[in-house]
Amino acid sequence: MIENVKQNYLTHPKGIMSWLLTLDHKRIGLMYLVSGILFFFMGGLLALGMRLELAAPGNDFISSEQYNNIYTLHGAIMIFLFIIPAIPGALGNILLPLMVGAKDVAFPRLNLASFYIYSFGALFALYTIVNGGVDTGWTFYTPYSTQSSSNVVPMTLGIFIIGFSSILTGLNFIATVHKMRIPGLTWYKLPLFVWALYGTSLVQITATPVLAITMVLLMLERFLGIGIFDPALGGDPVLYQHFFWFYSHPAVYIMILPAFGIISEIIPVHSRKKIWGYKFIAYSTLSIAFIGFLVWGHHMFTSGQSVFSQIVFSFITYFVGIPTGVKIFSWILTMYKGQVSFTPPMIYALSFLFLFTIGGLTGIFLGAVALDIHLHDTYFVVAHFHYVMQGGTIVAFLGGLHHWWPKSFGTMYNQTIANICAFGVFLGFNGTFFPQFLLGLRGMPRRYATYSEQFVELHSYSTFWSGILGFSIFFAIVNLFWSFMKRNKVDPGSNPWGGMSLEWTHTSSPPHPHNFETDPVFEHGPYDYDKVIVEKTYKK
Amino acid sequence: MSHDNSSPSFFQHHFHDVEQQYETSKFGMWAFILTEVLTFAGLFVAYIVYRSWYPDMFVGVHKLLDVNKGLLNTVVLITSSLTMALAIWAIQKNLKKLSIFMLTATFVFALAFLGVKYQEYHHKYEVGQLPGKYYSYMGPEVVEVIKDQDKIDLYTRTKNVYFDAETNRFYKTMNNPHIFFSIYFVMTGLHGLHVAIGMGLIAWLIYSTARGKIHHKYYTPMEMIGIFWHLVDLIWIYLFPLFYLIG
Amino acid sequence: MFDWLTEFFFPKQVSTFASDIDNLFYFIFYSSLVLFLIVVIGMVYLSIKYRARKDEPLRLTSSKDHSNLLESLFFIIPLILVSITFVWGIRSYLKMVIVPDDAIEIKVTGVSWFWTFDYPDGGQTLNELVVPSNTPVKLVLSSKDVLHSFFIPVMRSKMDCLPNRYNVMWFDATKEGVYDIFCTEYCGTGHSAMGAQVIVMKPAQYEEWASELGADDDSIPLDELGARLYTQKACNTCHTEDGSALVGPSFLQTSQMYEQERVFDDGTSSVIDDNYVRSSILEPQTQIVAGYQGVMPTYQGLLNDRELDALIAYIKSLDGDSQI
Repeated sequence: MIENVKQNYLTHPKGIMSWLLTLDHKRIGLMYLVSGILFFFMGGLLALGMRLELAAPGNDFISSEQYNNIYTLHGAIMIFLFIIPAIPGALGNILLPLMVGAKDVAFPRLNLASFYIYSFGALFALYTIVNGGVDTGWTFYTPYSTQSSSNVVPMTLGIFIIGFSSILTGLNFIATVHKMRIPGLTWYKLPLFVWALYGTSLVQITATPVLAITMVLLMLERFLGIGIFDPALGGDPVLYQHFFWFYSHPAVYIMILPAFGIISEIIPVHSRKKIWGYKFIAYSTLSIAFIGFLVWGHHMFTSGQSVFSQIVFSFITYFVGIPTGVKIFSWILTMYKGQVSFTPPMIYALSFLFLFTIGGLTGIFLGAVALDIHLHDTYFVVAHFHYVMQGGTIVAFLGGLHHWWPKSFGTMYNQTIANICAFGVFLGFNGTFFPQFLLGLRGMPRRYATYSEQFVELHSYSTFWSGILGFSIFFAIVNLFWSFMKRNKVDPGSNPWGGMSLEWTHTSSPPHPHNFETDPVFEHGPYDYDKVIVEKTYKK
Repeated sequence: MSHDNSSPSFFQHHFHDVEQQYETSKFGMWAFILTEVLTFAGLFVAYIVYRSWYPDMFVGVHKLLDVNKGLLNTVVLITSSLTMALAIWAIQKNLKKLSIFMLTATFVFALAFLGVKYQEYHHKYEVGQLPGKYYSYMGPEVVEVIKDQDKIDLYTRTKNVYFDAETNRFYKTMNNPHIFFSIYFVMTGLHGLHVAIGMGLIAWLIYSTARGKIHHKYYTPMEMIGIFWHLVDLIWIYLFPLFYLIG
Repeated sequence: MFDWLTEFFFPKQVSTFASDIDNLFYFIFYSSLVLFLIVVIGMVYLSIKYRARKDEPLRLTSSKDHSNLLESLFFIIPLILVSITFVWGIRSYLKMVIVPDDAIEIKVTGVSWFWTFDYPDGGQTLNELVVPSNTPVKLVLSSKDVLHSFFIPVMRSKMDCLPNRYNVMWFDATKEGVYDIFCTEYCGTGHSAMGAQVIVMKPAQYEEWASELGADDDSIPLDELGARLYTQKACNTCHTEDGSALVGPSFLQTSQMYEQERVFDDGTSSVIDDNYVRSSILEPQTQIVAGYQGVMPTYQGLLNDRELDALIAYIKSLDGDSQI
C-alpha cells in the first residue's frame, strides 16, 4: 500500500489558472462533475415544477406555455447537459486512465478542449432559459420546431456544439483503451467499466455526427427555409424523425452503458466475489451498442411507416432485450458465495437491479407493435424511460459516486445518511413513476399541461412522492460534498471497499497528479477475489 | 521512467515512448475519420430518400449544374491529394524544401477548388437556383407547358402550376426543384467547409515545416492532416457523380 | 378476462380488437411478473444469505463465475417469451391495419387545436366524431399545420396526423356510448386541450343523425346557436366565457368592450364591432390583440354566414346583464 504521499491532484499544482488550463484528466473530470450536477439540480427543479402543476387537473400553478417550456427544458437539460456528458465526462475521465494504468488519457489537450466546448454549448442552453425558454419538446419534431416562435435555434445550436464535446471525449477514450493500457493488462483483464466506456464511446463517435447534421438541417430550415423537412415545400417531416432517432436511440445506450459498467464494478467489489460471466458482459456491451443502431424505428410505430418496417423494427428491438436480461442475471449471480456488505454503493446497485429490471421489462410491452399503438406517447412511455434513465442510469451514477468518492477526493461521507438517502431515492422513485404506468395504460397522453378528472388520483400520488425523491437525491449529493467541505479525510492509502482494480491498489486517495508514483505493474485481474485477499483499509 | 533528458522535444510525457505516441495519434485520427464519414452519411441518406421520391426531378434538374466545372474541380482535388502524398514522402526523405513546395501546391489547388466552387455558387445565386423558399429559377429546364389548358383544375392543387400572362398559358414546374438545390448546397457547402478547414491546416503545416517543428523524425501532424485531406477528396469523388452525372 | 382487472388497468374495451390487445398485455404482464420476481427474490436471497457477518474475517471467495445450464436457461426462456410476444404483437397489429372493404370512411383533420370530421354523405362536425356501432369505420387522417396524433383509448388505437399526407386507421365499435379522444403528438400551447369525443350510436340512429347533419339550424335563435357553436367549433379551447384569459382573450372581455377601442400587438387599434368579430374569426392573423400570440387558425370554410352571425350574437349576449 502507498503511504506518506505528499502530493495529490487536488492540491498540486495550485492557483486558479492551474485549474482552468489543466490537462489532468482528474481535474477535468471534477469540473465535468460539478457542472453536470448543477445541471442535474436545474433539471430536477424543473421536474418538480412540472409535478407541482400536475398535482391537480387545471392550469393552477403555471400556464400551458410555461409548462411546455418547462418540460422541454427538463428533457433537454437532463439528456444533453447532464446524463450524456456527465457520466463519461466525470466518472469516465477520472477513472479510465487510472483503470488502464495510464498517466493520462491519450489526448489531454483535446480532453480540456472538449470540456470547454461543452461549457460553450451549455452557455447557449442557459441563454435559451434566460431568453424565455423553448417549447418544442426535447425531440424538436418538425414542422412544429420550424414554426415555433421560441428559442429553437439557440437550444439546437447548444446541442450541436455539445455534440462535438461528446465526439472528442469518445475519440479520446477509444484511443486510450486501445493504446494506453499497461503491459499485461489485456482486453479480458480490463475492468468492465472500461469495456462499458469503450462501447459508449463507439456509439458516441458514430451516432453523434448524425445528430449534429440533423440539428444543422433544422437550423437551416429555420434560417433559409431549405424545405427538407417542410411538407409545404415538398419535404418530409417523418425524415426528421428518422434522423433524430437514428441518433437518439443509440443515445439511450450512451446513457445506459456506463451505468452497466458502474454496476459491474460495484457488485463484485462489495460482494468480494469474482464477477459472473465476465466475457458475456463484455461482449453484450458491444452487441447492445451495435444493435442499438438498428432499432430507431420503434419510436415511430404510429407515424405511418410501412407495415414491413414496423415488423422489422419490432423484431430487432427484442434482440436488445435478451443480452440485457442475461446481464441482470449475471450481476445477481455474482453475489453467490460472496461476502456481501450493504454499503451505500451496494444499496444503490441493488436498487438499480430492481428498477432497471422494471424499466427493461416494460420495454417488452412497448416493443410489441399492437400494444405500442395504445401505449405510444402516453405516460406508460414516460414511466418506462424514467425507470431506465433515472432508475437505471442516475441511480447507478449515484452508486458510482459513492463508490469512488473516497478514491477520487480522499474524503469519506457519512455512510448512515448515505444509506437513508439511498432508500429515500428508491421509495420516492417508485412512488413517483409506478403510478405513471397505470396512467398510461388508462390513456393519459404525455406532454399535457392539464388533464381530465379521471386521472387526478394517480397524478397527485405521483407528485407527492416526487417531493420525497427530490429531497433524497438532494441530500445524497449534499452529503457527499459535505464530506469534502468538512475535510473528513481518509488515509491516502485507503481502500475502504477492498477494490482490486488498479485505481484502488496502485494509487493514493486522492491520486497523485501523475496518477501513479511509479509505473504500475499488473499483478492480478480486477475481480480475482478467489485468488488474492485485498484488505479493506479505511483509516481517518 | 521516460522523464530523462534524452527524450525529443515533441514527446509528450504521458506516453511510454515515441512509438506509442505515434500509434495513438494515428488511431485517434482514424476514429475521427469514422465520425466524418457518419456526418456525411446522414446527408447521403437524405439524398437517397429525396431522389427516390422525385426521380424525374433529380434527373431533370441536374442538367442545371455545370459538368465541366465539376470535372475541373474533380481533377484539381485529385491532383491536390497527390501533392499532399508527395509532401509526406518528401518529409520522410528529409527533403524539406520539396515538402514545403508540395504543401504549397496542395494549398493552391484547394484555393482553386474553392474558386471554381464560388463561380458555380455565384451563378446559381444570380439566376435564383437556390435552396428552399429562395428558389426562383423558372428556366425551360424545369418548366413545361400544360397540354390540356382547359383541364387546369386538376393541377391547381399540386402547387406546381402557374399562369403566365404574356403567353396566356398555364405552366407546370417540375416537382420541387428547390429540394435538389437544398441538398446540393448543404452537401457541397459542408464539403467546401472541409476544404477551407483543410486549407487552414495545410497553411499551418507549411509554417511548422518551415520553422523546423515538423521534420523527418516527427511528421505525425502532416500524416494526420494528409489522411484528412484524402477523406475530403474521397467525399468529393462521391459527390461529383451523384450531382453532376446522374440521368 | 376479469372485468375488474380490465377496468383497473385499461379503459373500457370498445373496439373489436381491444380484448386481443389487452390479452397480449396480460400475457406480457404475467410473464414479466414471473421474471421480475425471480430477479428480486434471487437478489434478496443471495445478498442476505451471503452477507458479510459482523467481524467475519475477509476470505477468498468461490471462483465460480459461470454455469452453462443457467446461462442457457437465461437465454432460452426469455427468447421463447419474446418470440411469443413478437408474433402475437404482429398478428394483432395486422388485424389493426387491414381495413375491411365495407368500412365507412370519415376524414379526420387535425388543426391546432381542434379536430374536424368530414362524413361520407357530406356534412362536417368539430370535436365530435359520430360513428355507428358494429360497423367498421375507416378514418383517413391528416393535419392542416403541425403533427398531431389521433388517440381513442377505448379503441386501443392511435395514428399520427401529418400535413400533406394521409394516414389510415380503423375500428369497429362494439358498445354505444361517449368516449374520449386525445391528441398525443405534441402540437403547441393548446395540445392538452385538443380533446374530442367519439359518440357511438346504434346504426339506425346514426343514419338519422347523418341525414340531419347537412340540414340547416334555421329554427334555433341566433344566440342559442352561437352558444352551441361555441363548444361545437372548439372556441372554448382558447376563449372563456367568464373573463379569464386562456390562449386567446375571453369572449366576455370582447363582449364588455363592444363599441370600444382594442389595441393590437403592432400598436394599431380598432373599435370592436360586428365586422371586427367576423374578420377575427375568418382572418385571425391580421389583427392580434396585444399580449396574445397569433396562433388561431382560420375558420374560413368551417362556418357559414348564419353561423358567423350566430357567434357574433352570442358574444354580444354574454355581457347582457351589464347593458341594462
